[in-house]
Amino acid sequence: MSIVVENISKSFGAFHALRDVSLTVETGELLALLGPSGCGKTTLLRIIAGLEVPDQGAVQLNGHETSRQSARERRVGFVFQHYALFRHMTVFENVAYGLRVKPRAERPSEKEIHDRVMALLQMVQLDFLVDRYPSQLSGGQRQRVALSRALAVEPQVLLLDEPFGALDARVRRELRRWLRRLHEKIHVTSVFVTHDQEEALEVADRVVVMNSGRIEQIGPPDEVYEHPATPFVFDFLGNVNLFRGRAENGKANLGHLTVDLPEASSADPHNVMVYVRPFHFSLDQDPIDSTSFPATLQHFHRVGPLVDVELANESGQLIQVQVSLERFEELQLQKGALVFLTPREMQIFPDKQSKRQRAL
Amino acid sequence: MTDPLPPQRKHHPRFHEPWPIRFGMTGLALLFLFFFLGLPLAAVFSRALEAGWATYWQAISDPDTRSAIRLTLLAAAIAVPCNVIFGVMASWAIAKYEFRGKRLLITFIDLPLSVSPVISGMTFVLLFGARGILGPWLEVHQMQIVFAAPGIILATLFVTFPYVARELIPLMQSAGSEEEEVSLTLGAGGWQTFFRVTLPGIKWGLLYGIILSNARAMGEFGAVSVVSGHIRGLTNTLPLHVEILYNDYQMTAAFAVASLLALLAVFTLVVKSLIEWQIQRQRATAVGLIKRDTR
Repeated sequence: MSIVVENISKSFGAFHALRDVSLTVETGELLALLGPSGCGKTTLLRIIAGLEVPDQGAVQLNGHETSRQSARERRVGFVFQHYALFRHMTVFENVAYGLRVKPRAERPSEKEIHDRVMALLQMVQLDFLVDRYPSQLSGGQRQRVALSRALAVEPQVLLLDEPFGALDARVRRELRRWLRRLHEKIHVTSVFVTHDQEEALEVADRVVVMNSGRIEQIGPPDEVYEHPATPFVFDFLGNVNLFRGRAENGKANLGHLTVDLPEASSADPHNVMVYVRPFHFSLDQDPIDSTSFPATLQHFHRVGPLVDVELANESGQLIQVQVSLERFEELQLQKGALVFLTPREMQIFPDKQSKRQRAL
Repeated sequence: MTDPLPPQRKHHPRFHEPWPIRFGMTGLALLFLFFFLGLPLAAVFSRALEAGWATYWQAISDPDTRSAIRLTLLAAAIAVPCNVIFGVMASWAIAKYEFRGKRLLITFIDLPLSVSPVISGMTFVLLFGARGILGPWLEVHQMQIVFAAPGIILATLFVTFPYVARELIPLMQSAGSEEEEVSLTLGAGGWQTFFRVTLPGIKWGLLYGIILSNARAMGEFGAVSVVSGHIRGLTNTLPLHVEILYNDYQMTAAFAVASLLALLAVFTLVVKSLIEWQIQRQRATAVGLIKRDTR
């Protein structure tokens, strides 16, 4: 069961939630829609489900155009961030709901309903809670009930809106591994929305990074993380240090250091943005090559086996660096120490924004 | 992965005011209640039963009284279901959709509460009376609204109009529409969703609204008085009948009929507090839900 989204646009009043978004979800895939709040990811999910009508564009489910189908006819399982369990029904009745509302001809017998619901609840390891009401369950339990309720009607597609957003960190990690395993077992085409990059990278087969109503990049987690297509993606997937500068003759001058540009970049002088992740700096007592630059240590704190170090370069710009605890202890650094930073890896993007600013 | 069960809800912390303040305040409230509610109520019943049960029964079984009871029940029987249907529809529209004129609609729903009932009665006379705007047309078609049962029903509808909607709007707004949306994605139709998901969620609020609008429908005096014309045995409702008897110096009969209304009020209060207790329990669970949902 594939999902094809074609040129979808949607506005709420003056707010453009989605601008000309196209996307294909392959059969059996687990896809993450990742982006900051307000980027349109939930709206896209709701449009696929038929809970929202796009201003333009179309959604195809399994090759069938759906614009005339209601949410009811699309046979799409939808799981809400806040579970939306039926408060007045027990866990059993919640899961059985989709089966009970079927037209009489299609409705399974009471015994079949019972067997199916119990099988689902066993799968999510909640069969001991059948008679409880939603208010008597913990957040993680509720989310699993919501998921089994959606799966009870054997949907063609499973859509999850920030499924673990309302849970605490530990339960969240547990549940997302569990979702991964569940997906490997039942292989239903699934799309889930999240603003948590770690979650998207860990669980999904492919990640769609969205920003202000547009898709920035689509790709497998490793590719998106290792080769971000745009500055936004780089910035959104983890901490970064940004340096602005000017590129000329194959070199970028960033003020305190000059770096070589990749050969593909244009020869004309242009402004560039150089991104370096905190753990892509090496920290030394002395300069190790031509790209090393001096910086003063301002703060540091230990995070397990790593140390987060905050430094200031000569022009006062703050730089985040992450080194191993071993290395940090080896250097025996104190606050105010002068050290040398050498970027080992970096990503260079043309700086469109400052060009525009200059044009104004 | 067995998550621990949520902790049990804690009781409200006890207040720590010194006992003279606590008892003083409670006593004052009870004293006030006794003088302004208990005593008058007792007076109504003692006066009604002064001349014995036989006289009481006679007053109540008088044909004019019977007709007043019938008319009151008829007006309530029509007004309350109409209000339920309208109230559910209006609150559904207001709580679940965004549309132009929503504020205006809310204001209009509140209108009968802010307008004096006498004035609402007058508007019906102005509209449907012999010299009213629609009067000549009604006369041609031989329909009488004012000074007849239809007028009384209309006036009752008007004054009881806001009760159900006002109860349901906040309830539906706080519930949101996610449960309904889930129901749709699970393959349920609109009516199935309404009866299986929406209605169970609002049933206590709805019942509360019904109780309130029923009490108002049966007790309404002002608006009904204007459109009734006070024709005994024909257009008299219970409250109007009490007034007539009272003006005729038939004290025992007046109080006997009044005691019926008072009984209704007591009954309403009991049901109302039972429902309130239920709603509170439901809200408490809902609050428990929300507390644990928010990070």
